[in-house]
Amino acid sequence: MSDQQKVDKTRRNLVVATSAVGAAAGVGVAIPFVASMTPSEKAKAAGAPVEIDLTHVAPGELAVVEWRGKPVWVIHRTKEMIESLKMAAPRLTDPESKSSKQPSYAKNDVRSENPEWMVMEGVCTHLGCSPQLRPAEAKAEMGADWVGGFYCPCHGSKFDLAGRVYRGSPAPVNLVVPPYTLTDGKLVVGEDKETKGA
Amino acid sequence: MGTMVSRLWAWFDARMPSLAEQWKIHAAEYYAPKNFNFWYYFGSLAGMVLVIQIVSGIFLTMNYKPDAALAFGSVEYIMRDVSAGWLIRYIHSTGASAFFIVIYLHMFRGLLYGSYKEPRELVWIFGVLIYLTLMGEAFFGYLLPWGQMSYWGAQVIVNLFGTVPFIGPDLALWIRGDYVVSDVTLNRFFALHVIAFPLVLLGLIVAHILALHDVGSNNPDGVEIKKHKDSSGHPLDGIPFHPYYTVKDLVGAVVFLVIFCAVLFFAPEMGGYFLEANNFIPADPLKTPEHIAPVWYFTPYYSILRAVPPLFASQFPGVVAMGVAVMILFFLPWLDRSAVRSIRYRGRLYKWALGVFVVVFFILGYLGVNPTTVWGQFGFDAFFLDTKDRATWVARVCTLLYFGFFFLMPWYTARDEVKPVPERVTA
Repeated sequence: MSDQQKVDKTRRNLVVATSAVGAAAGVGVAIPFVASMTPSEKAKAAGAPVEIDLTHVAPGELAVVEWRGKPVWVIHRTKEMIESLKMAAPRLTDPESKSSKQPSYAKNDVRSENPEWMVMEGVCTHLGCSPQLRPAEAKAEMGADWVGGFYCPCHGSKFDLAGRVYRGSPAPVNLVVPPYTLTDGKLVVGEDKETKGA
Repeated sequence: MGTMVSRLWAWFDARMPSLAEQWKIHAAEYYAPKNFNFWYYFGSLAGMVLVIQIVSGIFLTMNYKPDAALAFGSVEYIMRDVSAGWLIRYIHSTGASAFFIVIYLHMFRGLLYGSYKEPRELVWIFGVLIYLTLMGEAFFGYLLPWGQMSYWGAQVIVNLFGTVPFIGPDLALWIRGDYVVSDVTLNRFFALHVIAFPLVLLGLIVAHILALHDVGSNNPDGVEIKKHKDSSGHPLDGIPFHPYYTVKDLVGAVVFLVIFCAVLFFAPEMGGYFLEANNFIPADPLKTPEHIAPVWYFTPYYSILRAVPPLFASQFPGVVAMGVAVMILFFLPWLDRSAVRSIRYRGRLYKWALGVFVVVFFILGYLGVNPTTVWGQFGFDAFFLDTKDRATWVARVCTLLYFGFFFLMPWYTARDEVKPVPERVTA
């Protein structure tokens, strides 16, 4: 085309500039729409700490409480249960909880402040299902070497009674321990010295 | 009377001649190869199922409530109290599965006859986009009854996005709009299911058909009918879509509807495959059902997800494998190096590869609806056995074969011994 030589540079630059400004405006308009899909103030407020009375949780029992819409497990571990953690340790991915999420006071062999009380989020670190308690008695289903723990029905991940994941599970890391405060007979989930200090 | 109608038409045509023109381009003078067979029913059937879904969906929204406190009850209300509500809901739920059956057969036709090969790459790409959109549409729709399976299925799928390095957790939070799948999530999934995705779907279908009608349909022989035209410029091996194929497709539609109605009236839950038993229990965020599995049409990919072990303390590799398993379809036109299109003239290598692929797809699908313990465990121990579940290992082998079909395609299609392709279509 012979017309091509006679392109009006000013007009073309104006077209480019107008398009660029239009595109920028498009992005700008998209921002509030994208932002509207982030958690609302109401959803954020619902993440407040919850309090549980522990006097009703007998040794060996599991209580489930809801915190931020997630199940949080409170297990009153018996002596045998605490012992079982040592038996499970050689078969775990991360027995020392190096790569998992837990408050500093729960980064130990039993993953809790007080070995008798285990607090953790009942949310599988694989894809968010809630695993189920399989006591040591469930050997028929879980295998002869089962010492008690949790089994995720979605993808077959296995955890011990401290939420530490067994090798060969799809879940990559141990279950999350939320911040909590334990005072005689009472547990507050979602709040501890560290979160208060922060 | 006759003249009244023709005068009205003339009045209309004078003001909007493009309507008659479009009718000619896409129906009355769209020349399709005369040798279409059984496999060519599924495109028009997919269109019909789309209409069924849109119509039944509109009537469902008249009684459904997208609210976590009311949703489950409103679906039960539709099933029990709304006149013919049970029928409309079963039409919609059966239609969802029918949609995927028809689409899978439609896609398989493409694999049989090389319909994605040049010059039909765009037709195929729009088709894959339609398939992806349909997956999203089905996923959003499955949350709406707010049953246990709805809830935990959504939980798992949204968390897939959460495994993306760095941005994952924020991305999952943004999709849910809350820290867990909640009322907020339900409300937005409803919006996406009834407005956003159907609109995208319609647009893509228009593009799919326009692209097809520009290049012309492929056929079971994979020969180009436009090469041989008569004096008026029409392909010698082509016949006008209307009335020849509209009539043929009508027969297909009737047969399809007979089967559809049989399922609808006698087995709408299809033994738990179309509507899962756990979904008749209201969603409980604190309790995952004993066994959760996606609906059958997602299970081959779900199996692939489960088969990949975590690497570097991350489950992202499994998610990537699942994503690649779908995305690889986009590249099919360039992976296939065969000189011929149709399976009729391909050699042994492709026939075997396709056969193995189909078997593997079914095995993965079967394993995906079952727990990983379905085939028991190996009786021995070895250092490489990170899990002793037999099914997981079968799924791993099948996953490799699935990817092998695609990734080895440039190699085996190039060296396959092909037969000579005829000049014109065979009967």
